[in-house]
Amino acid sequence: MSQQEISCEEVIEQLFHYLDREVDEDVGERIRHHLARCRDCFSRAEFEHRLRERVREASEARAPERLHRRLAKVMDSF
Amino acid sequence: MARVRPGKVGNLLSGYLDPAGCLSHPCPEAVPEMLMPEAEHSQHTRRFFETEIRRLTDRLYAAALRLTRDPDDAEDVVAETVERAWRCMGELRDSKSFEGWLFRILNNTFISQWRRRGSRQHLETELDLSDSDASGALQFSLFKQLHQPFLLWWSTPEERVVDELLREDIQHAIDELPEEFRFTLVMVEVMGHSYREVGEILDVPLGTVRSRLNRARSLLQKRLWQRALEAGIINSAPVPEAGAERGES
Repeated sequence: MSQQEISCEEVIEQLFHYLDREVDEDVGERIRHHLARCRDCFSRAEFEHRLRERVREASEARAPERLHRRLAKVMDSF
Repeated sequence: MARVRPGKVGNLLSGYLDPAGCLSHPCPEAVPEMLMPEAEHSQHTRRFFETEIRRLTDRLYAAALRLTRDPDDAEDVVAETVERAWRCMGELRDSKSFEGWLFRILNNTFISQWRRRGSRQHLETELDLSDSDASGALQFSLFKQLHQPFLLWWSTPEERVVDELLREDIQHAIDELPEEFRFTLVMVEVMGHSYREVGEILDVPLGTVRSRLNRARSLLQKRLWQRALEAGIINSAPVPEAGAERGES
């Protein structure tokens, strides 16, 4: 595991890709290492993470009963 | 933009579907012609399929609703997705992949319907970035706009924005995004698809996925900031010039 230092600029540049799990393992480990020690970058990462959670929550919805009935009918026809 | 031809698609996929299968083709409108004849599924397969569909119906509908922005259209997308998925069950190599596979069918179904309507801008058409809102928001960061490093009070402005924006505020901000941006954001952030999967679904290169995602997030954050101002969650502050934050990526 590489513990090569990564700068704040590099962390911010990669932050969304890191949160999306789109960085390779080595980069991810270096970002985690940096976030554990840099309060500013940690605050930013925490903010972006919480905002994403709100976006995800806001996108949740319950399917109407009408759709459940429609799907049951569709599956009965298979 | 280089279009992926059907013959090349098999090489681009992660491998759990047959190259002739429903999801192997990135152009959803062509899927019906490529469907395998309806296979004899075992009772076990049928039970598995019905159980999984019931478990995932809310999530399928929620994703379709954010893509279509219309409850009736969302229901149509989900119903067509379920029909397609059943017809393609024989193509699924691993039942553990069912959920991701199903959401990819949902996306393909939606894109297919969206293209069929044809009245809106074509998917390959890049957003007109001369639009002042879009271009001004290319690098907008809500955190940078609000964060005050030496603030020692119990709540920071950025925390207040995240906590106090209403669900409807966020939904509205997502729904207002230009279509390509919204599709990409919803597929990655709401459905959890990888950039590669989104590229295959939308038939665009990986760089385009990244670019649309960056722009979608910037624009979304700018609109949330505006909404927070309107709602009095934060006080008015000047918006940075469009190029002022270009140094940050």
